[in-house]
Amino acid sequence: MAIFGLWVINKAGGLVYERNFGDGLPRLTSNEYLVLAGTLHGIHAITSRLSPIGPSSGAQVIEGETFKMTILLTATGTKFVLLTSLAESTADVVLQKVYEVYADAVMKNPFHTPEMPIRSEGFDRRITALLG
Amino acid sequence: MSFAQPHPRFSVLSASSLSSAEHLSPAASSARFSLPSAPSINTTLNTPKPGLRPNIYDRNLNKTRTAEVSASAFTFLFSEVVQYTQKRVTGISDLERRLNTLGYRVGTRSLELITWRAESSSKNPKREIRFLPALMFIHTQVWRATFGKPADAIEKSVENADEYMIIDNDPPLTRHVSVPKDMSQLSCSSFTAGIVEAVLDGLGFPARVTAHNTPLENFPNRTTILIKLEKSVLEREEALKA
Repeated sequence: MAIFGLWVINKAGGLVYERNFGDGLPRLTSNEYLVLAGTLHGIHAITSRLSPIGPSSGAQVIEGETFKMTILLTATGTKFVLLTSLAESTADVVLQKVYEVYADAVMKNPFHTPEMPIRSEGFDRRITALLG
Repeated sequence: MSFAQPHPRFSVLSASSLSSAEHLSPAASSARFSLPSAPSINTTLNTPKPGLRPNIYDRNLNKTRTAEVSASAFTFLFSEVVQYTQKRVTGISDLERRLNTLGYRVGTRSLELITWRAESSSKNPKREIRFLPALMFIHTQVWRATFGKPADAIEKSVENADEYMIIDNDPPLTRHVSVPKDMSQLSCSSFTAGIVEAVLDGLGFPARVTAHNTPLENFPNRTTILIKLEKSVLEREEALKA
């Protein structure tokens, strides 16, 4: 049970927020994070068209041997991605809470420009309180 | 006597209300709410027609429970107000002054409404004529009517006799505002300061009111509303004391 990281991807596939939580995890360069987010955006677009029975909202969970990636797609096309250990069972609940914090601390902040990187002290603070 | 000359704010008020009166002429508003000329087939009998919705001015002023506004919706509106204002100013002090002016317009109306409600509900309604009870009235009644909770503290400045402070640990209006580092001087609670200034003016205590961020470890949004009273108020307080 561990949360490794949180990404927020805007509707164009750009990474607007990225944060690591686990201690001692190796950091990637910011460019690598951008490439990963863009790739995930593309994969997500493909998975949303793969369903044999009509329209789909796309991939929700991607699992590897050592980690799990839970994706929450909002009505406006913003994606929240939570990287966790395989045993984490509450990732979707956590993501809903992150969405709520985002709606409060980012969208209601007059100094935030939509679709641009999130630089908000309040958001940072509340994410820290939520995920530690 | 400082009351003799009209307050500079009132000129702003009357000019803007004049221009808005043109926009809200009966012809324009009736056109806005009129039904489409062709009757729609989908209209069921139960849905109220938009034109027949009770006018906000016809509502009972004393019903406070149904008169509440969604905090979320208001925060979005306030966010837009700040963004709109920010595009039209030259600096932080100008932005604060404009937010203050907007709050002033809310404050004049709030005071009237609160006084009206107090008059009809309590047995012996009262108008505060001394400063400290008036400050208490703002701290408790005005805050409760505007934000749904009383403010957290009142303080008196140690250095200056004419300075008082109202402190809110987590102001609902600016709870979600994160000011960028290069504008750290800005406090969007200037809007609240405007409300306080209007209420004080309305009660006959002219003052200059400003808002300042005074964060604490456990209250990162803590805000101090600083009231600097005019000399005439202090002189009158002194005279009333005798």
